[in-house]
Amino acid sequence: MADNIKVMKEKDISKVTRRAKTGGVVAKVLTYAFLVFMAIVVLFPFYWMINSSLKSIEEYRMSTPTFWPQHVMWSNYSEAFRVANLGRLFLNTVIVGVVSTILSLIITVLSAFAFARLQFKGKNILFAGLLATMMIPGELFTITNYGTVNDLGWMNTYTVLIVPFLVSVFYIYLLRQNFLQIPNELYLAAKVDGTSDIKYLWKVMIPLSLPTIISITILKMMGAWNSYIWPRLVANDDLHKLITNGLRGTAFLDEAGETNYPAQMAAVALVSLPLFLVFVFLRKYIIRGVSRSGIKG
Amino acid sequence: MVDNKQQWKAWLYLSPAIILLLVFTVWPIINTVRMAFLDGYKGLEAAGGATFSFGVQNFVKVVKYQKFLQCLGNTALMCVLTVPISTLLALFIAVCLNSIKALQKPLQTIFFLPYVTNTIAIGMVFAAMFNIVGSFIGTQNELISNAGIINNIITFFGGSNVNWINTGSSYAANIAVMVVYIVWNALPFKILILLGGLQSVNKQYYEAAKVDGTSRARTFWRITVPLLSPMIAYVVITGFIGGFKEYSSVIGIFGQSMGPANDAGRLNTMVGFIYDALSSNNQGRASAAALILFGIILVVTLINLYVSKKRVHY
Repeated sequence: MADNIKVMKEKDISKVTRRAKTGGVVAKVLTYAFLVFMAIVVLFPFYWMINSSLKSIEEYRMSTPTFWPQHVMWSNYSEAFRVANLGRLFLNTVIVGVVSTILSLIITVLSAFAFARLQFKGKNILFAGLLATMMIPGELFTITNYGTVNDLGWMNTYTVLIVPFLVSVFYIYLLRQNFLQIPNELYLAAKVDGTSDIKYLWKVMIPLSLPTIISITILKMMGAWNSYIWPRLVANDDLHKLITNGLRGTAFLDEAGETNYPAQMAAVALVSLPLFLVFVFLRKYIIRGVSRSGIKG
Repeated sequence: MVDNKQQWKAWLYLSPAIILLLVFTVWPIINTVRMAFLDGYKGLEAAGGATFSFGVQNFVKVVKYQKFLQCLGNTALMCVLTVPISTLLALFIAVCLNSIKALQKPLQTIFFLPYVTNTIAIGMVFAAMFNIVGSFIGTQNELISNAGIINNIITFFGGSNVNWINTGSSYAANIAVMVVYIVWNALPFKILILLGGLQSVNKQYYEAAKVDGTSRARTFWRITVPLLSPMIAYVVITGFIGGFKEYSSVIGIFGQSMGPANDAGRLNTMVGFIYDALSSNNQGRASAAALILFGIILVVTLINLYVSKKRVHY
């Protein structure tokens, strides 16, 4: 009886493992097929963007598309620069991105330091209040801010693109958490040595939380690069327009009112290129930031 | 003494943040509520000295407004379609990625790529993939509105061309394009979070399932999904919050007309409605709509939290 059971067990086990093995191979193949297919779906728009950006307008319009341009038209890129005034748009975006990132970092570091290291009345209530504002959709602020910046006479300036978004509660929160991990003894020791707060921040806190600061910098720069709604509302003149706004305007219409799509695709590729470079070289910092936030830009 | 000095310093360090927040965050909250409850409030008229009476007329008008209902319908429809699709797809991709060794890193990198893109720029590429506007076969005069690589793929598999986004396209086709684009855009974040969750799951559960000879499907639904439920709840909630604020993706595909050329505004969203009201100086209406949007997001989030409290296993 016992022998019988043992035999049956061995039989079953071998059957199960055999089934698992063949099932395993099939499953592996299906897994890879699915993943590779999805990877192609993810990558295809990028390929199509580059393919389209290098075609002549006649070739672009062919109802049976070519998968690589018959004549590679690099001139679409210079055309994009010319008609859409891309140079100016790039410059504006870089100015706004760099200035707002630097100012925002200073404000974030000082606030995070105060919340992480200093004792003051109402600290917890203030911090909770700040976190609560994160729940409110940004559109709710925009309505009033539009009037405020108008009253301040900031319309169509760089200021209007920079100042209203300098404080990010989320970044303050992120950096505060990081600062809290640095032992308080270091701060007290620095105080005994007579080191000033700013020097301590600069020499100890910032170097130790550099990864978080880099994450914040990248996300803030990407935010400037991708912002669309607010800039369109408050700074839509040629001198201050930002890059995303230039893409969906009327710049690519020719005299006959037809859109020059290849040039438009070239502009799209030019806008995507810096983001792509950031992605290739600084991916891990972006992932570190977004896996804690769920906020795009 | 030291304590006092710290107090003083803390407020000094916090002052730039607090001043900016008071002007651009706290005041807007108060002012938006105020404008929403002043009947027919308009910024320009208010500046000219006009006064408005307190009431709920803005809300009543917005809710009765056909355009608003259309925007609400579009937004809700896109949300309800894209959140489950992107979550399920991201879940399958994450589980598959977690189960392989070779090529795992490069594939992971590829799947994260759409996160780092400009919503409007890539939306324009999607528009070009679905329908080339004004394409012709051979001669300049033969304009057709349903050319495009996606249609080529469809006809290759025996289907027929669809007018996705151009003049005369159907609402269903428009929504289908939006769903594809929004899902494509939403996948990277969800995969990132779910894969992170999977990698921290205790392997013992799977070994136990293997010993018991549990089928793959059963392992997936009975072990993986429950263990991942906190992360799933997180991506669903953030998905709904983001979904109700959908706007740029529609601009990317359709441009500022927010719809096919013959029916501008057909795909307008809640956020789009708020901006339209703001551009036409109807601050009262815009504020009421913004508060309604906030209310909807709050209610949907609370429902999500309530459901996940019952279903999520921590």
